[in-house]
Amino acid sequence: MKTPIPVTSRRPQSNCTRLPPLRGRRARIRKDWLLTSGSPLPFLWGWGLFLVFLAVPAVAQKPTLHIGSKRFAESRILGEILTQIARKTGEADAVHSSGLGNTGIVFAALENGSIDVYPEYTGTISQELLKSKETLTATQMNDKLAPLSLAAGIPIGFNDTYALAMRDDQAETLHIKTLSDLAKHPELKIGLSQEFLKRADGWPGVKAAYALPFGSPSGLDHGLAYGALANGQIDVTDIYSTDSKIAKYKLRVLNDDKHYFPAYDAVLLYRKDLPTRLPKTWAAWTALQNTITAPQMIKLNAEVEINNLAPDTVAKAYLSGGMTKATRETLWSALFAADFWPETRQHLFLVFASLALSILVGIPLGIWAARTRAAAQPILSITGLVQTIPSLALLAFLIALLHRIGPVPTITALFLYSLLPIVRNTYTGLTDISPTLCESAQALGLPSAARLRLVELPLASRAIFAGIKTAAVINVGTATIAAFVGAGGYGDRITQGLENNDNLLLLAGAIPAAVLALLVQYGFDLLDKAVVPKGLR
Amino acid sequence: MISAKNVSKTYGSKAALAPTTLSLSPGKTTVLIGPSGCGKSTLLRILIGLIRPDTGQIVIGDTPLTPQNAESQRHAIGYVIQDGGLFPHLTAEQNIVLLARFLGSSAAEIDVRIAELAGLVQLPEESLSRYPSALSGGQRQRVGLMRALMLDPPLLLLDEPLGALDPITRSELQTQLKNIFAQLNKTVVLVTHDMGEAAYFGDTIILMRDGKIVQSGTLDDLLHRPAERYVTDFIRAQRSPLPSMPEVNA
Repeated sequence: MKTPIPVTSRRPQSNCTRLPPLRGRRARIRKDWLLTSGSPLPFLWGWGLFLVFLAVPAVAQKPTLHIGSKRFAESRILGEILTQIARKTGEADAVHSSGLGNTGIVFAALENGSIDVYPEYTGTISQELLKSKETLTATQMNDKLAPLSLAAGIPIGFNDTYALAMRDDQAETLHIKTLSDLAKHPELKIGLSQEFLKRADGWPGVKAAYALPFGSPSGLDHGLAYGALANGQIDVTDIYSTDSKIAKYKLRVLNDDKHYFPAYDAVLLYRKDLPTRLPKTWAAWTALQNTITAPQMIKLNAEVEINNLAPDTVAKAYLSGGMTKATRETLWSALFAADFWPETRQHLFLVFASLALSILVGIPLGIWAARTRAAAQPILSITGLVQTIPSLALLAFLIALLHRIGPVPTITALFLYSLLPIVRNTYTGLTDISPTLCESAQALGLPSAARLRLVELPLASRAIFAGIKTAAVINVGTATIAAFVGAGGYGDRITQGLENNDNLLLLAGAIPAAVLALLVQYGFDLLDKAVVPKGLR
Repeated sequence: MISAKNVSKTYGSKAALAPTTLSLSPGKTTVLIGPSGCGKSTLLRILIGLIRPDTGQIVIGDTPLTPQNAESQRHAIGYVIQDGGLFPHLTAEQNIVLLARFLGSSAAEIDVRIAELAGLVQLPEESLSRYPSALSGGQRQRVGLMRALMLDPPLLLLDEPLGALDPITRSELQTQLKNIFAQLNKTVVLVTHDMGEAAYFGDTIILMRDGKIVQSGTLDDLLHRPAERYVTDFIRAQRSPLPSMPEVNA
């Protein structure tokens, strides 16, 4: 007679939790992890971390060059230009981790060698990265970067600084060309972005430097300022000097004739050994020096931000000397663009690898909390506390800790976020078992471990499984943070869509993410029947 | 066999069980009876080690019961509670064989034993593959009894086993249980609050009140030689129509 004992959780394979030694500062990740693997969708119970580490040290014949960029069109375009130039030299496999972000994350990635180079601005290097009060000269900057094994060089040719702008026709009528001219017109209405209002090098400084006769300007969202300016609600606002909206809204950028604003010249920030490591690539990049002017950059930005072209298309067109029209026209074509399956695979991998880890760790933690009164409160509080850490902060911390960008910090973050529902449901499931049944198991004379395995876990299986299901569905949404650290997934489309007000691209990322969440939920509902013992349903 | 020496239990400031000494006669049925909260269930649970007494000890055979040996000691004790205490995620049969299987009994041994027990408690074969939720109250109780008897323990502890049953089923099961006890020659401790049930089963009846034993003796002792007025009051208060309950003198 066969009497199956129900099983609630697959036991982990021990090799899944074994970590390889850290490969130090020069540890690399391949951005195209998984793109190259032709394997079927990895349904990863217990294999998660193991696969991550398999995917990481992919052996490349050529050296790999990792180029990074920040989360806005200009940085992405420059990153693509660098990547495409590097590919032409054939010296290295150039990989672009596009849209990393924020500045802290990209810089951490450069510092630990996850990327070799990214476009940055001299003002940001001086003030934000090197924490200097005044703007540094190129030599001063490189002196301070040298101990970090970093260097800055190859000015691209434009200065993307803060500026004040007006409607061109109004400026023409009033004969305003410079900020000094602006000081003569106290009747103008001024509206500024919150950030500019607060920054010491923003409004307070410029107001003092030019003795601008405006009282307390209203603060408004940067995205809304253009509309307000266009329809005359305000006359002056702050902008970036290469902003693509300058052309669209026919604005005039007022000349900073007293040179108050620090220079934000676009340069390359790179690992110091890069020119010697890849001399041909470096020589090709040097040819880029002072070639892109501010008006040209405004045009390139407009191609992405206003015409909704992809940054790589814009870069390609720029390098070949013409602008090709290749707009994504329909939602359908945006949805099923060439990157759809790779992004789906990446997304699934992130969701299930992290879920597998949180099951492996969360269920034992929940058991521990349920069985040891003293452990319950700390465990539940700490897993709850993790939820309150903003994802960017957590990612920045993990990148510093793990010395890498890409899937590893993403999976770690998702793992931490999905612990709470699993730990809490395991705890609740076990503590909710009726005392009568617990006593029955004890009275039978089953040892503690056997009671857990044969009675308590099966009785709690419904609650535990519900926790896993919750974690999985939440994970599908949270995995979009992968876009900040170059780990791919649907987040790439969503963040780029948000940056550029490209609703089509936003939907092309948000719809598959929503569908995936529903599919995951449905899949788990089916699994429910296999995992939860029949007598409990 | 099994004896309790001076065991007591206090919750906060309330004494659930005053120091109590008790020795059970092998092969006989002892009934613990008394009102709710009198300490009868506490005493039973101390006997099987589910509650650790504040003082005193339980001795099974020659071995004192300790937290370390409680698991193996319990293999010599069958324990049945109200409604059977069956695990809802297992079928009747899986409930019955859970411990035997864990201890490594062979499938053949288990099959023989199940057939034997099903015959003994008159449980229809098809009920074995059902989950507890699909069984009647009486069937659940029979399955609970089979589970308790699986390893053929010499000692059987029953905590209000028939409390949740309708009168007809209850009466049927009482008859069956009494036959089974006699047939198997088990040492039995049965907790009830029903004097009729106590009278029917008890070779010895122990009446408890406020955590203390009021009187321990045969039905005849309790009826005719009550230790105090409470004994008589308790028996009278049951107002049982059973013919086996003779009138008592005040």
